[in-house]
Amino acid sequence: MSRAQQVGAAVLSVEGVSLAFGGVKALQEVSFDVHEHEIRAIIGPNGAGKSSMLNVINGVYHPQQGAIRLRANGAWREFRDMDSREAASLGIARTFQNIALFKGMTVLDNVLTGRNLKMRASFLEQAIWIGRARREELQHRRAVEEIIDFLEIQHIRKTPVGKLPYGLQKRVELARALAAEPRLLLLDEPMAGMNLEEKRDMCRFVIDANDHYGTTIVLIEHDMGVVMDISDRVVVLDYGRKIADGTPDEVRANQAVIDAYLGVAH
Amino acid sequence: MLYREAGQFKATYAQDQQIFPIRQDRIAFGLLLAAAFVVVPLIANQYWLSAILTPFLILSLATLGLNILTGYAGQLSLGTAAFMAVGAFMAYNFVLRMPWLGVIPSFVLAGLCAAAVGIVFGLPSLRIKGFYLAVATLACQFFVLWAIQRIGWITNYSASGVITAQKIEILGYMFDTPVRKYVLTLAIVAVMALLAKNLMRSETGRAFMAVRDMDVAASVIGIPMMKTKLLAFAISSFYCGVAGALYAYTYLGTVEPEAFTLDLSFRILFMVIIGGVGSILGSFLGAAFITLLPIFLSVLFGGISHATSMEISHAVVSNLESIIFGALIVFFLIVEPHGLARLWQIAKEKLRLWPFPH
Amino acid sequence: MNLAFFFEVLIGGLLAGVMYSLVALGFVLIYKASGVFNFAQGAMVFLAALTFVSILKMGINFWLALVITLGVMVVLAIGIEKIVLRPLVNQAPITLFMATIGLTFVLEGLSQLVWGSQPHGLELGIPDVPMKWLSQKWNINVSQFEVFAAGVAGAMVAGLALFFQYTRIGRALRAVADDHQAALAVGIPLKHIWAIVWAVAGFVALVAGLMWGARNGVQFALTFIALKALPVLILGGFDSVPGAIVGGLIIGASEKLAEVYIGPMVGGGIESWFAYVIALLFLLVRPQGLFGEKIIERV
Repeated sequence: MSRAQQVGAAVLSVEGVSLAFGGVKALQEVSFDVHEHEIRAIIGPNGAGKSSMLNVINGVYHPQQGAIRLRANGAWREFRDMDSREAASLGIARTFQNIALFKGMTVLDNVLTGRNLKMRASFLEQAIWIGRARREELQHRRAVEEIIDFLEIQHIRKTPVGKLPYGLQKRVELARALAAEPRLLLLDEPMAGMNLEEKRDMCRFVIDANDHYGTTIVLIEHDMGVVMDISDRVVVLDYGRKIADGTPDEVRANQAVIDAYLGVAH
Repeated sequence: MLYREAGQFKATYAQDQQIFPIRQDRIAFGLLLAAAFVVVPLIANQYWLSAILTPFLILSLATLGLNILTGYAGQLSLGTAAFMAVGAFMAYNFVLRMPWLGVIPSFVLAGLCAAAVGIVFGLPSLRIKGFYLAVATLACQFFVLWAIQRIGWITNYSASGVITAQKIEILGYMFDTPVRKYVLTLAIVAVMALLAKNLMRSETGRAFMAVRDMDVAASVIGIPMMKTKLLAFAISSFYCGVAGALYAYTYLGTVEPEAFTLDLSFRILFMVIIGGVGSILGSFLGAAFITLLPIFLSVLFGGISHATSMEISHAVVSNLESIIFGALIVFFLIVEPHGLARLWQIAKEKLRLWPFPH
Repeated sequence: MNLAFFFEVLIGGLLAGVMYSLVALGFVLIYKASGVFNFAQGAMVFLAALTFVSILKMGINFWLALVITLGVMVVLAIGIEKIVLRPLVNQAPITLFMATIGLTFVLEGLSQLVWGSQPHGLELGIPDVPMKWLSQKWNINVSQFEVFAAGVAGAMVAGLALFFQYTRIGRALRAVADDHQAALAVGIPLKHIWAIVWAVAGFVALVAGLMWGARNGVQFALTFIALKALPVLILGGFDSVPGAIVGGLIIGASEKLAEVYIGPMVGGGIESWFAYVIALLFLLVRPQGLFGEKIIERV
């Protein structure tokens, strides 16, 4: 499948990350990298540590060992103790398995919160509604409307998010993540709980986001069809360890991967 | 028929973002303001101005303050009256010791003092939530009242802790009649309500609501937890502080610390719940409701006792008032958690369709 | 420093703390079984005491009055469960909390509407005089009444602890407190359980009301005791019966000691806020209290 963006050099590097919760080892010395503009999938059986991996990348969990390196402005920065706010300011955005939207706000407001790091006006300027505050609000509204158009959710922009069906909520969460104009987008099971049509739409949006905005995407997904279709490279985790890393075809043929999914004892 | 949006297109985002995007709303609000500023002072009698309208405005402002903190930012506070007390007593001190400042700047400074206290007692919100936070605000409520009564210079060493608010003089013009006090209060409240509305529609308001709805997610998308929560406490306390200053200067006149008890804090919380959590309009509706209900009840029971020549004591009425307030709180929480503001919205929706059923 | 005096203050504080615990117990019961923080507990204490005293004044025998009042509390409990709690079953805890604030106002108004608002005295037959042998031997004055109250509270705590731990209903209550859905799934009748819990809380409120009423007189100020119970619960943990006692002891003692020893330096009256500030500090260091369960938040 030909795509608009050329995959570039490595922009994220996970090196020897180990994460444990008390006695439970969620991740054990996992290393892989992610190239710019690519779509990287993380797959594996349940409990393999995929969500934990994502949480480490964006600073929600701190690994006991290993580091995350991010290439920002040409230079590599290394973290182990980055918090999630710092991650956001470095251009990492994500969606969650259990939808972390603000249920009391409308779709438009939710997506606008994604722009919060770009808003500079102080609260006094906002209260008086002059100059910078006013301009910013309109400017960001314009940017957000583009994303709303892009994800085809114009018709529900003033609806409180709590009232939307599950599939649309997931789309709104994606919109909020994209609103931040992230360099790296982490998607935690974006297709979970969707029917065939919704999945196709979501796939289209993910690919379009990658094409149109050039966003590097790391996604966790269970649907193999989706993974094979849209990802450039795949990392396979099992019991917290990496057991395969390569293109979808390579990974599909890998015996260790097949064993893991079939539940062969090892 | 009257209330239709047909033909009113918004061609720019700026138009869509107005406070009153619908023309009929703008006209209605304009009429309301005209009535409030011009008609009321001309026709209202002294009792209505000084005993009903002015306190209603002041309590609306305090409700607005609490709504910002509890309704928009989700931080439950039972210390509203304490912040009002800080505003009242500090305004007194500024006017007393620095008369060259002027009344309005004194009010603003008093509000800032209240904001500072708010930030200090808001610090626990960084670690605790929900009704645990409510307990922390109780500490504020009791401590502040105690401090005002014990720290001599706050009350200018008055033996009983009672102070008398000075006369309000702005640029040589005296605000000493009920009408003038009402107009001054109205002006201040209107301006502050506008500022609050602007603020809640912007990024600050969104940040507050994000923290209320899911603070972990808010943090992940980049919203600063500490700054946002403390800002909510600061702004809310500022509003309550100014309300307190107004309470002292344009309503009570003679102020004792006992005017700012926990009971008042609860009253204002009720105004927030009944009026509508997270709504500027709701703050006014809730305050109106709770200010007017006792009057309605005493008129009602006055009528009943007149008609049946039965003596209905004051105590009975005031107990009934308690029961009705409490029952209404429970009622609104069950039936319409977004209070009168939502009911108003629903009424407007119906009005759009009128005279058609759907 | 006068040691005897110190002990007098300390013991007085501990015993006052026991009185707080009596009220806190009611909170813990309801919280344990339904996750609701019942702000109206203080109003329930007031209502119970006022009802009892008024029935007594009508000339009815002490024990019969007790039974009648208990009946009233049970009916009240069932009513509250049906009208207030059931419609709010799935709402956020804060909504339920605010509903109980509304309930407080209703109960306060109702109590005074039905029984009037004059204060009443309450005689339980135990005089509020110092225990003779303590005051004569060691010059320490400790009220007989407060020791009696401590005994009552101790008995209640022991009884409740056994109830929760070893009876079938007690287990069911603990299950319900843990997870409503799961409890329903194993067939525990939620509505009955809640009615039972509130009835027991009503009984606890009655006992607390009798103790406090005998000590301070039955008057409206009784409702403010509920507020003092909050710091007790924070220290002890909202869902711990032994915690309510320990928390009460600590709060009672430190409050009295602070008032006596620190109070004079700052003009007195510290008792109005000291307990809350302690609770506040505790919240910052150990939010779940000494015995409560740690609350973990997951994304």
